[in-house]
Amino acid sequence: MRTNDVILKTVTQLVTFIIIIFSIYVFLSGHHHPGGGFIGGLMTAAAFVLIGLAFDIETVKKIIPIDFKLISATGMLIAVLTGIGSFVFDANFLSHTFDYFHLPLLGETELATAVLFDIGVYLVVIGITLTIIFTIGEDQ
Amino acid sequence: MLSTVLMVCLILLSLALLGSIYRLIKGPSTADRVIALDTIGITMIALVAVLSMYLKTSAFLEVILLIGILTFIGTVAFAKFIERGVVLDRKRDH
Repeated sequence: MRTNDVILKTVTQLVTFIIIIFSIYVFLSGHHHPGGGFIGGLMTAAAFVLIGLAFDIETVKKIIPIDFKLISATGMLIAVLTGIGSFVFDANFLSHTFDYFHLPLLGETELATAVLFDIGVYLVVIGITLTIIFTIGEDQ
Repeated sequence: MLSTVLMVCLILLSLALLGSIYRLIKGPSTADRVIALDTIGITMIALVAVLSMYLKTSAFLEVILLIGILTFIGTVAFAKFIERGVVLDRKRDH
């Protein structure tokens, strides 16, 4: 019997963008407000899990054509490289710094190197969560 | 004055939560329990909102959106499990 879940699919197509935008907001506001790489990565993974619920795993793998384990490995590499990068400036491992820049659209903005480390955390959380959920979902 | 009103709201919302928990424990079918869980999530959103007004902070506003998204995804997952027996399809058969 064909199941007709057009409402779920339509709602998913709309809500996924809201969840991803919310996760990016939570990720970027983590320096001064509640949030950060971990919860941002979890929310992005939740958006892809919702696509997997409404459609199937093949669709998610078509959207992200990279192996999920490779994503978490890349994130781990980025996190380690931000630690090693402080050696270039003759500082200790994982020393972070920040400065104020004048960006064209945002005006005076504080840019911290801790965001680069947070991008690593973000990618690791996305990769590991999607790997766990879709590995469990695949063997039936 | 406002804190008294907010405290009354918190107590009433807690009573609503208790009613939902009664339906969660007592509900005869699985669908009743899933709807009770959904209601508990929505009541928790209201509780967090009233609590953040009571504590005079805006630090919990992300929690509201977060509970909303997680409740939606959880309810969809439970509904699909009840209807088809699987949560994640590997490949659509149609």
